[in-house]
Amino acid sequence: MKYIKQMTVIAGISFVGEFLSTVLPLPVPGSVYGMLLLFLCLCLKIIRLEQVEETADYLLLVMPVFFVSPGISIIDTYPLVKDSILALVLISFVTALLTMVVTGHVTQFLIRHVGRKSKSGSVTGQDRVKGGEHE
Amino acid sequence: MNELLKDSVYFGFVLTLLAYWLGTLAAKKIRFSLCNPLLIATVLVVVFLLVFHIDVETYQKGANYLQHFLTPSTVCLAVPLYRKLQVLKDNLAAILAGVLSGCLASALGILFLCRLAGLDEILYRSMLPKSITTAMALGVAEKLQAMSSITIIGIMVAGFTGAIMAPVMFRIFRIQDPVAQGLAIGTCSHALGTSRAVEIGEIQGAMSGLAIVVAGVITVVLAPIMAGLW
Repeated sequence: MKYIKQMTVIAGISFVGEFLSTVLPLPVPGSVYGMLLLFLCLCLKIIRLEQVEETADYLLLVMPVFFVSPGISIIDTYPLVKDSILALVLISFVTALLTMVVTGHVTQFLIRHVGRKSKSGSVTGQDRVKGGEHE
Repeated sequence: MNELLKDSVYFGFVLTLLAYWLGTLAAKKIRFSLCNPLLIATVLVVVFLLVFHIDVETYQKGANYLQHFLTPSTVCLAVPLYRKLQVLKDNLAAILAGVLSGCLASALGILFLCRLAGLDEILYRSMLPKSITTAMALGVAEKLQAMSSITIIGIMVAGFTGAIMAPVMFRIFRIQDPVAQGLAIGTCSHALGTSRAVEIGEIQGAMSGLAIVVAGVITVVLAPIMAGLW
C-alpha cells in the first residue's frame, strides 16, 4: 500500500504540473512546475518526505532508461541536416564543455572565496554513493 | 519485419529495457567513461532498427510508455533537493551567479562558433536552448521560430557530453566542490546529465536538479535576447 500511496502523490503532482503548463502562458514544461510544486510542498510540510521517499528514489535510479526513446528520433532528423550535422555536433560538444567549466569554476570560486554561512557543502568525497547499479 | 511488429505494444518497451540492461553490463565490464549505459542503449536500438528495417514509429509505440515516466521522475528531483535544503540556503548567491555565468557562456559560445562555422541564422536560433531540459527547450525553440529537430540533436549531444565527460573535466579543471560539480552538470546537460550526477553523489544530484530549473528559467529570458545579436 505504501508504494501505491507514494506513486499516487507523485502522479498527482505530475498531473497538476501538466495542468499548470497548459493553463499558464510560459514556456515551462509540466515536469518543472511539478518539481517546484513538490519542493514547495515538502518545504511547507504539506507532504512529508516519507510519503514519497522510496518511490522517488526508485524513479531517480532508473531515470536514464526514460531517455533512450527521445534520442532515437535522430534516425528521422538525420536526413534533414546531413550537411551541417558535424558542425552542429561539434558546437554542441564544445559549448557543453565550456558551460560545465564556467559554471563549475564560478560557483567554486564564489563558495571558496566569498564565503558561506556554514561548511555543509564543502567536503569532497564524503557524499559519494555507489554508481552503476541499475538492474 | 516492420509489418509484423507494427501493432506490437511491447516491442519498443522490451527493446529499450533490454538495450539499457546490456548497456549497464557493458559499462560495468569496460570501465571507460565513454561506455555510458544510456549511450550504449541508444546506439544498440538505432542499429537494431536500421538493420531490421523497422520504422521509428513502430518502435516509439511501445517505447512511449517508458517516456511517460520522464515527467514523474523529473518531479522526484525535488526530493534530493529538499534533502540538501541547507546546502542550497548556504550557497544561494554562488549558485545563482554560477548558473547565470554558465548560461551566458553557453549562448556566447554558440554565437561565436555558429558564426565561425558559417551556419545559417536558423541553425543558430535552434542551438540556443540546447543545454536545458527537452520540454522547456522545445518551448523556447518554438518561440524563436527555430527548427526543433535541430534543437533535439543539440540537447542530446549536450546531455551525453555532460554525463560522460563530467568526471574527466572535473579532474582536469580541478572542480572539486560537490555543489559546483552538481551545478556544472545540470547547467550544461539538463536531466540527462542529472541522472549521472545522482550516481556521483547526493549533493551533486540535488544541485544538478536545481540547475535544470534555474538554467531553464534564465535561458527562457536570455535566448530571445541572444537571438537578436546575430
